[in-house]
Amino acid sequence: MGKRESSFKNMAMALFVITAVAGLVLAVVYSVTKEPILASQKAKINNAIKMVIPEFESVKDTTVWPKTGKDSVRIHALLKGAESAGYAIETYTDNGFSGRFTLMVGFFPDGSISNIEVLEHKETPGLGTKMALPAFKGQFKGLKISDLPGEELKIKNDGGTVDAITAATISSRGFCDAVNRAYSTFKKEKK
Amino acid sequence: MEYVIILISAILVNNIVLAQFLGICPFLGVSTKIETAVGMGASVLFVMTLATIVTFLIQQYVLTPLNLVFLQTISFILIIAALVQMLEIILKKASPALYQALGIYLPLITTNCAVLGVAILVIKNEYNLVESVVFTMATSIGFALALVIFSGIREQLAIAEVPKGLNGMPIALITAGILAMAFMGFAGLV
Amino acid sequence: MNQLNNFTKGLLRENPILVLLLGTCPTLAVTSSAVNGLGMGLATTFVLFMSNVFISMVKGFVPDKVRIPAFIVVIASFVTVVDLLMQAYTPGLSSQLGIFIPLIVVNCIVLGRAEAFAAKNNVFSSFIDGMGMGLGFTLALVIMGSIREMLGAGAIFGFKFIPETADGALIFILAPGAFITLGFMIAILKKINKPS
Repeated sequence: MGKRESSFKNMAMALFVITAVAGLVLAVVYSVTKEPILASQKAKINNAIKMVIPEFESVKDTTVWPKTGKDSVRIHALLKGAESAGYAIETYTDNGFSGRFTLMVGFFPDGSISNIEVLEHKETPGLGTKMALPAFKGQFKGLKISDLPGEELKIKNDGGTVDAITAATISSRGFCDAVNRAYSTFKKEKK
Repeated sequence: MEYVIILISAILVNNIVLAQFLGICPFLGVSTKIETAVGMGASVLFVMTLATIVTFLIQQYVLTPLNLVFLQTISFILIIAALVQMLEIILKKASPALYQALGIYLPLITTNCAVLGVAILVIKNEYNLVESVVFTMATSIGFALALVIFSGIREQLAIAEVPKGLNGMPIALITAGILAMAFMGFAGLV
Repeated sequence: MNQLNNFTKGLLRENPILVLLLGTCPTLAVTSSAVNGLGMGLATTFVLFMSNVFISMVKGFVPDKVRIPAFIVVIASFVTVVDLLMQAYTPGLSSQLGIFIPLIVVNCIVLGRAEAFAAKNNVFSSFIDGMGMGLGFTLALVIMGSIREMLGAGAIFGFKFIPETADGALIFILAPGAFITLGFMIAILKKINKPS
């Protein structure tokens, strides 16, 4: 096959055909992968809920507050049979060491923290990432924020009760901020 | 205040080259002299800002409403390529002096992953148009800053005595590593 | 013999990262662990050999002047295919590699091979070249990821071999470690290729 001459007609046709084929192929791949992508996103959330409230059986409803924008917190109200199993709250902080990170915080119906799971973060490996280890997040288990002075979590450096991670004070402070945000949303939801 | 945070974070803390690893090719390629580094930095500032505005609008008013987000990569890269070409033609006609200065860098910019990277990052971070522009300009200033500092160091390296095995690219990379370490000192600033 | 040569040159003699110094961005960014390096390498390999084959097939049909835009469309399509497939079937890896998957488009290796090899050679040679280059890229990424993971986290492919409470030399997982590791790897390969 010889080289085709670069006439306007040839150029336009070649580009048109290639773009059309590309568009078609992508549309097909997109429609095939659409379902699995949605399913895997859902499975990820479900797994995180399972980590914080293992005994839940179904999600009653999910509320998003505020309704629009990126600064929203999602509240999943959970059921075990017909009874409330608690709430799993997707929360965030913008005060991480490298910006925003997101957590899933579980509350039992009585308002005590069941467990916390780190969802997405960009914290320093080996330092800030320790927030995902039981040694740090374990201290929140069973805690009732309503019993704390001022109804909020603070690290010890700030006169609070939480032991910060060594060399990752900012991540620890951000972690508390995210949990506090989850708690204040939880309170609103309970009302 | 919001904008100041975006500015500082994009220039120093999350420096595009030294912390995010975008635009490494030109960073290593055209950083042997301060003069070329400045030229490249200016061209990137220009193209990146323009490209982000266009891709942002395309995403906002074409891709999202039509549910075609999966065409993001392909449409963004074509926009950037076309934009660079157009810029080259316009500059050649309108301002030969500027073309003389920036012309040779323009073709290199299409495959500069920083340009496409920033266009995608802006969408990912859900910035609005003004925030996007601020972020893009700050990012390219960060790029230029890293490039100029690095070229200054390399001008010195060229006359330094380097262990034979490390001569050339290896020592440049190790230097870049040390520079990245210095930039890590900015972390936690915002 | 010639085909064998087309294949092996990508692995060592013309290794895209370590000798040709192409595609350094993803190399530095995603090699904080061996698994990430492997994932990125395989994704790039797929794009590389698919676009190599496709481009060598259509090269007669595309006039010279619109060669580059046509190549870019082809490459971007394959990248989007990989991106969507990874989001669907390997969501964890996909979110780890993040923005660097769509950025395979501007990886100089892919367009570079399209332009330098596939546009001039037949389909089979291009296929072999794409595979060789892709695997060379993957190999370099995995080695680099392993080194950084071992030094920085005391682990390999996620298995920690130092005590649970101990930390590695963190700097190797962080940005500076990427530059420094690559620098030394290039120096070593230079020595291997050209023993003095």
